[in-house]
Amino acid sequence: MLKTFPLGGIHPPEFKLTSGSPIKQLPLPQTVAIMVSQHIGAPASLLVNKGDSVKTGQLIASINGFVSSNIHSSVSGNISKIDTIIDTTGYRQTAVFIDVAGDEWVDTIDRSSELVRDINLKPEEITEKCRESGIVGLGGATFPSHVKLTVPTGKKCNLLIINGVECEPYLTSDHRLMLEKGEEILVGISILMKALGVEQAMIGIENNKSDAIAHLTRLSSDYKGITVYPLAVKYPQGAEKQLIKALINREVPSGRLPLDVGAVVHNVGTAYAVYEAVQKNKPLFERVVTITGKSVTNPGNYLVRTGTAVRHLIEAAGGMPDDTGKIVNGGPMMGKALNNTEVPVVKGTSGIILFPSDESIRPELKPCIRCAKCISACALNLEPYLLANLSARGLFERAEIEKITDCMECGSCSYTCPANRPLLDYIRLGKSTVIKMARQRNIK
Amino acid sequence: MSPTVVITIISLSILAVISAVILYFVAQRFKVYEDPRIDDVQAILPAANCGGCGFAGCRNFAEVLVSAETFDGLNCPVGGSTVMDAAAGILGKVPVKVDPLVAVLLCNGTPEFRPFTSVYDGVADCRIQHSLYIGETDCSYGCLGNGDCVRACQFEAMHMDPVTKLPVIIDDNCTACGACVKACPRKLIELRKKAKKDRKIYVACSNCDKGGPARKACKVACIACSKCFKVCEFDAIVIEKNLAYIDATKCTFCRKCVSECPTNSIIEINFPPKKPKIEVQAEAVSN
Amino acid sequence: MSNPLNISPSPHIHGKESTEKLMYGVVLALMPALFASIYFFGTGAIIVTATSVISCISFEYLIQRFILRKPLSINDGSAIVTGLLLALNLPSNIPVPVIIIGSLVAIGVAKMTFGGLGNNPFNPALAGRVFMLISFPVQMTSWPVPSGFKTGYIDAVTGATPLSIIKEGIKNGESLSQLMEKVPSTANMIFGNMGGSIGEVSALALIIGMIYMLYQKIITWHIPVSIIGSIAVFTALLWLINPESNADPMFHILAGGVLLGAIFMATDYVTSPMSPVAMLIYGCGIGILTVIIRVWGAYPEGVSFAILIMNAFVPLMNTYIKPKRFGEEVKNG
Repeated sequence: MLKTFPLGGIHPPEFKLTSGSPIKQLPLPQTVAIMVSQHIGAPASLLVNKGDSVKTGQLIASINGFVSSNIHSSVSGNISKIDTIIDTTGYRQTAVFIDVAGDEWVDTIDRSSELVRDINLKPEEITEKCRESGIVGLGGATFPSHVKLTVPTGKKCNLLIINGVECEPYLTSDHRLMLEKGEEILVGISILMKALGVEQAMIGIENNKSDAIAHLTRLSSDYKGITVYPLAVKYPQGAEKQLIKALINREVPSGRLPLDVGAVVHNVGTAYAVYEAVQKNKPLFERVVTITGKSVTNPGNYLVRTGTAVRHLIEAAGGMPDDTGKIVNGGPMMGKALNNTEVPVVKGTSGIILFPSDESIRPELKPCIRCAKCISACALNLEPYLLANLSARGLFERAEIEKITDCMECGSCSYTCPANRPLLDYIRLGKSTVIKMARQRNIK
Repeated sequence: MSPTVVITIISLSILAVISAVILYFVAQRFKVYEDPRIDDVQAILPAANCGGCGFAGCRNFAEVLVSAETFDGLNCPVGGSTVMDAAAGILGKVPVKVDPLVAVLLCNGTPEFRPFTSVYDGVADCRIQHSLYIGETDCSYGCLGNGDCVRACQFEAMHMDPVTKLPVIIDDNCTACGACVKACPRKLIELRKKAKKDRKIYVACSNCDKGGPARKACKVACIACSKCFKVCEFDAIVIEKNLAYIDATKCTFCRKCVSECPTNSIIEINFPPKKPKIEVQAEAVSN
Repeated sequence: MSNPLNISPSPHIHGKESTEKLMYGVVLALMPALFASIYFFGTGAIIVTATSVISCISFEYLIQRFILRKPLSINDGSAIVTGLLLALNLPSNIPVPVIIIGSLVAIGVAKMTFGGLGNNPFNPALAGRVFMLISFPVQMTSWPVPSGFKTGYIDAVTGATPLSIIKEGIKNGESLSQLMEKVPSTANMIFGNMGGSIGEVSALALIIGMIYMLYQKIITWHIPVSIIGSIAVFTALLWLINPESNADPMFHILAGGVLLGAIFMATDYVTSPMSPVAMLIYGCGIGILTVIIRVWGAYPEGVSFAILIMNAFVPLMNTYIKPKRFGEEVKNG
């Protein structure tokens, strides 16, 4: 019996079309637009001006507060303007526009592909390196990694959990990374273990990636304290709390962090980025992005520089199919629909999915029949029908009592609902309102 | 009489007396004194419980009025000066003169001026759409057209225009309760001072983008060109965050800014026909 | 770009579940019971079922079209389920006008007045059935005796149901062992060779339907198991205390509408609780009320009343009985 989390969960069809496509380097575009906010927390403060020339890997915007992140140039060239562009948030945000000229990297970056296994830095130095290199969680949440590596006094971390679940349908970027950069990921995990001072690391991988499980299991025998655990396929297993429950059967209390049960969770992509930052001195300015979709002629996994417009990825995949009705940044369950193709790739872009128009329209809305399928789909055992009703009717105080803020917006309820009710839309509205209310209360 | 009937009558009577005594003492113990004037004031309030005064319903407002020292800052926008004067009469206080207000929509982005660039396929709720992305057009400040304000209005003073996809405010029904102002996630509705004959001059735009993108998204966007600012003789116009704003308390309705605006983002309402009069005015100025 | 892109909040994919699929799944699960009763009661069962289903759909259509003027939703299958369930709760020789009145009450009063599908507090089919039972007690309690497939309708030979045999007998002072000889054998009760409503006679057919619905995840096990379990436990207690005046648990479960009620009526989505714990409490409540009505009440059968009574408690249960949430801290002491 494979490990998994017990409550709720769904099994959406996988459509992992690109799991067999090796990672390719996407050709450099003519211009890039590098967002100064690619992470959770305060936007970075700009260090460059219009007309400056920058090198690949150069710091262009610096960390602004504890929960924030450095931003590096992903290309070399001249800054043509500093302006706003619609990014993955759906709104205009500040970006640095760079005209690409050649590809001249900062000297300190080690560009060789040679594996470096010896870890020379002390734990604090590793955390500092991650901070400098602008490492954020690459699973999609883009939470700055150095914050997670700083264990607050009074808390004890004794386990590192590495998330290789990739439970979203379509996406395969982590899967390919595990297959192609297995050694590097394991070194990265060792670095993270050293930074956190833990002896044990668990890698959770869903059983639909048996090749990655076999590959990493074989390699991990050389690394002390790292074990690979195959998990039963179930969405949303990639959610931090669900993964912890599946692997060590402990529930993170509501409103608390994984650290409260002594664990820290990092994504495999983050582990790879940490390896590159610490061993190769390379800041985070490129990542693996899956470009896929049922009618895409040439879906694949590409190593993409941040700031590259989504348009270039679509062109590399054989152009936009005529029937495209929706472009989603991220997975189909939690990703965000884009309203144009000029949106730049950011650190959190794990995939771009093109949906044909017949699949991009929501099915017809029908009355709730109280079938309770949303409750059985909810991995947190909330009552989505109730939360959605309460926030649709504006009863936010009651929604707060019903723990609306626990919702992680995985979308299982809306996916399951036989009456096609937009449960998550309303829950998200209620959740943000309740958080706002709570913040105002705290000010008072 | 049979003994059963007698026993029943006696026992029930005793029970009634005991209950009456208990009830009497309980009523005495939990008696709450309320100023009788609260009821009097509440009786003249509109009983809409709209919250426009800033308090939780008309009863609460009546309590506040009774206990208040002066009427400063207290106003029932629905009832207006009639109701406030009456309340002042009951309570023996001096009414404070408050200008009547009316809601206006600070967006004129009809489909004709503001082309659609995407299709929103979610719940028809402005708050949800606002939190998702900029909207179906390229303007991230403009009206989303899902009618949250219309649903918030208790006085049937608003409806959605199917052609312009914008809400329409019926001045005669608007009580300036402010429910629509709170409902709009983009803060597009402003309560402005009512003028004679319901005349209005205001900048029907909220776009804080620079001129270029604003104009590209919408033909009637304010591009903050400052022409209106320069032409205004009464310091009624300020330009902040790439957006002009006309202060209704200073505006004299001279209408110079209206003709000056290159994008027609300044709107005049309820004025007599425009052309001939402007020429007359222009001549008067040149003379 | 050819056409503007669609934008909607996540999730961007939707499962294959739909209201129609669930409703037609229930219809399919009811088919074995329907065929069993056609086999035992003949054309009467067909006439009753057809009348009930057609009138339920027609009333829903007429009300939506002309009174509520709402978009039509008769395709969702809920009216068919109501019609079928109503029919399966009726004797096979009931006059057609009575069925039409019952359908009107079920759809018009119990369902559409509350706002249609999803808003009705009481199970429409049961509300219709109870209305008919109170308004037309004679027609509703003259049960045709199963005599193989035949074409007679109103003039069918009628007899008593096992439950009424026991109820009347005990009232008249007969002992249970004498009465048990009059009721059908357990085997006959399992296959459905006894008097009763169209749908309730064949335990086997109903259980096949239940297995199908459980397999298709149309229902969960909580409600049927808790109803049948609580009836078994409660009647077993009574039977152990006094075997001379109380029938054994097996008889109570197989006789009357327990299986039909537990599998198809009580599990109706709209009128059953949402969380698993509440479902178990709801089921136990139905079981206990059923036995109380059967043993001490005026009617020989109590499933319909028990379900309707528990329906009334559902909003209360939904409000106060919460599932244990993930990461909920257990309060000490």
